[in-house]
Amino acid sequence: MANNILEMRNITKTFPGVKALQDVTLDVARGEVHAICGENGAGKSTLMKVLSGVYGYGTYEGDIVFENETMQFRDIRDSEAKGIVIIHQELALSPFLSIAENIFLNNEIKGFGGLIDWTKTNVEASKLLARVGLRENPTTKVRDLGVGKQQLVEIAKALSKRVKLLILDEPTAALNDEDSAHLLDLILSLKGQGITSIIISHKLNEIKKISDTVTVIRDGKAIETIAKDDVTEERIIKDMVGRDLEHRYPDHTPHIGDELLRVENWTAYHPQDPSRIMVDNVNLNVRAGEIVGIAGLMGAGRTEFAMSLFGRSYGSKISGTVFKNGKEIKTRTVSEAIANGLAYATEDRKFYGLNLIEDIKRNISMASLKKLEKAGLVNDNEEYKVADGFRKSMNIKAPSVLAKVGKLSGGNQQKVVLSKWIYSDPDVLILDEPTRGIDVGAKYEIYTIINRLAAEGKGIIVISSELPELIGICDRIYAISEGRITGELPIAEATPETLIKYMTMEKAR
Amino acid sequence: MTDLDTNTTESVAVGSRVNPPENRFTDWFSHVLADLGKNGIFIALILVVVVFQILTDGVLLRPQNVSNLIVQNGYILILAIGMVMVIVAGHIDLSVGSVAAFVGAISGVFAVNWGMPTWIAIVLSLAVGALVGAWQGFWIAYVGIPAFIVTLAGMLIFRGLALVVLGSSNIGSFPEFYRALGNGYLTNVLGEFAVDPLTMGVAIIAVVAMIVGQVRSRRGRAAYGQAVEPLTWFAAKIVLITAAVLVFAYAIAIFKGIPVTLIILAVLVLVYGIVMNRTVFGRHIYAIGGNLHAAELSGIKTRNVTFWLFVNMGVLAALAGLVFTARLNLAGPKAGDGFELEAISAAFIGGAAVTGGVGTIGGAIIGGLIIGVLNNGMSIMGIGVEWQQAVKGLVLLLAVAFDVFNKRRSGGR
Repeated sequence: MANNILEMRNITKTFPGVKALQDVTLDVARGEVHAICGENGAGKSTLMKVLSGVYGYGTYEGDIVFENETMQFRDIRDSEAKGIVIIHQELALSPFLSIAENIFLNNEIKGFGGLIDWTKTNVEASKLLARVGLRENPTTKVRDLGVGKQQLVEIAKALSKRVKLLILDEPTAALNDEDSAHLLDLILSLKGQGITSIIISHKLNEIKKISDTVTVIRDGKAIETIAKDDVTEERIIKDMVGRDLEHRYPDHTPHIGDELLRVENWTAYHPQDPSRIMVDNVNLNVRAGEIVGIAGLMGAGRTEFAMSLFGRSYGSKISGTVFKNGKEIKTRTVSEAIANGLAYATEDRKFYGLNLIEDIKRNISMASLKKLEKAGLVNDNEEYKVADGFRKSMNIKAPSVLAKVGKLSGGNQQKVVLSKWIYSDPDVLILDEPTRGIDVGAKYEIYTIINRLAAEGKGIIVISSELPELIGICDRIYAISEGRITGELPIAEATPETLIKYMTMEKAR
Repeated sequence: MTDLDTNTTESVAVGSRVNPPENRFTDWFSHVLADLGKNGIFIALILVVVVFQILTDGVLLRPQNVSNLIVQNGYILILAIGMVMVIVAGHIDLSVGSVAAFVGAISGVFAVNWGMPTWIAIVLSLAVGALVGAWQGFWIAYVGIPAFIVTLAGMLIFRGLALVVLGSSNIGSFPEFYRALGNGYLTNVLGEFAVDPLTMGVAIIAVVAMIVGQVRSRRGRAAYGQAVEPLTWFAAKIVLITAAVLVFAYAIAIFKGIPVTLIILAVLVLVYGIVMNRTVFGRHIYAIGGNLHAAELSGIKTRNVTFWLFVNMGVLAALAGLVFTARLNLAGPKAGDGFELEAISAAFIGGAAVTGGVGTIGGAIIGGLIIGVLNNGMSIMGIGVEWQQAVKGLVLLLAVAFDVFNKRRSGGR
């Protein structure tokens, strides 16, 4: 017991009408990497918010014992003072400030007369950057860094606060494989320096790789805590969803029909820098009932391709032709693309997909209000009925369709986005990272929905960086690199190794 | 985003009708509380009225003063309607006061200097307002310059142009039909009575229409299986509203009858209320204010919506200018001074969000009335303009602070 840096005892946290946490007990040993798994909405983030003081003392029941001392954190500053630092999924850096300024934000190094000592600030920042393995000048603006490097800056910032317990909320959710690997190595090296970590993650292989202990939370309860040697993916999944998932991907018997969509010579340039080619002469097609994957690393041009195709929402100097059922169509504006039977569900649902302050009902109807219009007025009863139908058929977990979308978990938000596009009744759906940041159970549901749409004869394009996912659900996969299609593989020939080869293929220079 | 476990909330969803009987009272009570929370601003208006009724020894609610309240604030309320729409879309319009002055001056040239028939002068003036709105809308929607800048420029441009049009003099006096916009009453249209039968008749028709509409909407919701509030509370609300409308109508009926400004306002509130809630255009405004990118990627023509919003604002600013000019019977260089601030305050007191996406016509009207009652009440009490300004500023701050506090308490953020 004495070796535990943290003991959370019988934590219960209630929101009006909801028990978010019920009698949760969590013991974290000093110097370990402790993973917390659970579906979205299971209560992981709530537990971490209780721990870090976001939900202050008095708003929950139970005890937090940190380094053998009972804590009563009123806010996040209290917990940081004790050495508990949480790094949220959404990074909290100020984009226009430099790396060093961000690291020492509200913790500035002061010199003569209380003025900031910039030399020392930058020197100290460099030391911290070396510790996290980030080779960047500390005066570089955070805006100019990729997400992976920003994450490292966050960790450097945590180190500057003399962190003892580092909490990472889905740290690799937005990272590519290379950045993820680096981050995981870093967590292990911090462990070597005596820093305890709690990592919340959906990625089971990651958890297996780095954690010493895994605690699974479901429906606000701690299901079990598993020691490293006993951890298997199957066991975690079973704990998370409360049932065995025989297959990670639902069965899918393709019924592929005629060619539905064909894109020829699609080219687009960077919106601000028209000399940079982002989508380079892409040719692809989708047949009715077919699920086609686009495998590519972040920045390879996959989202750029999809968005430029969908109403020229990205890029400049766009050229190329689009055929649907053999006839040329135009997709110059989003409404034209929708009218021609296209739909695009974005990878960034909070920024591009949803109106978070509105309810489920109005989000689902957003792209198809014309359908609900009668004599110039929107029939809101009909709208309610339509939305409630989707709530049931898509299994959106919410009290009613009048719930605000901002309050839903990631998986449920994604279902709202899909409902919106299904209601617009497209022939071809482009789904950009449809399962990003959502849990195993919800992923399975999303795959089932994708299969159902394909079975209805729609053409589906799935963009993803998770190769097992693409291989698990697609009928055919294109690989994209540097804006070009570098390979096209029928599913029988697609393996992660071959896909990676095509995805990293560089242009002959 | 809160990481609530939405599984367990399923039971909360089902609403009132399925709840066991022992919960009936708490359920009833929770509906009342929810409505009070939602209509906090309405309660605030009632409080302000009660306070000033006491402070002014009953002068505030004298029939003549009730009528004056509407007529004196009509132009602010007209502006508040357009302003809340602009604010919901995530923009702002600082130019409305100057535009009102400019159009007032132009209408003076049309109706007085050139002697045009009044109704032609009015239509042309509104068209000028639309052009002004189109000019600003063009820069905001299609060029992408922030509305704050464009309308700040507009504030200077149209104030300047108003002075150019007026030269160094005022324009007046206006023909009677024109003056009716701001000063007219439908007095004794049905003959001379102590209590004007037309006013009471219109009020009763309005109340009946309201009741029919409410009942039909309730039936419709129930028919679609949606939760509806308990019948007793539903009835209680209708009785309260009916009583308020009839008392208000009575006050007007024993004075001069229905003010023309009130008719204009009633039509605008009705029409724009429907536009915001029930039309595709209105929904698009909320969608744009809530998340511009999501709206764009949902096929909403965000630029066109923004453009037409400002055209609409221009027309309403012109209308406000006409009503104000008619009331003073004079188009002068100081007309419309500070109107934009009162209209913006009205929208925010009425619950609009600075970040866009939230706000209602009804809220803005009530916000405008609160400002109106403050102005009027303090004037009756003989409080100087300097203190009136300070008090209004404080009320704006407190109203928004209360709103923020309320949202935080309910976990809205």
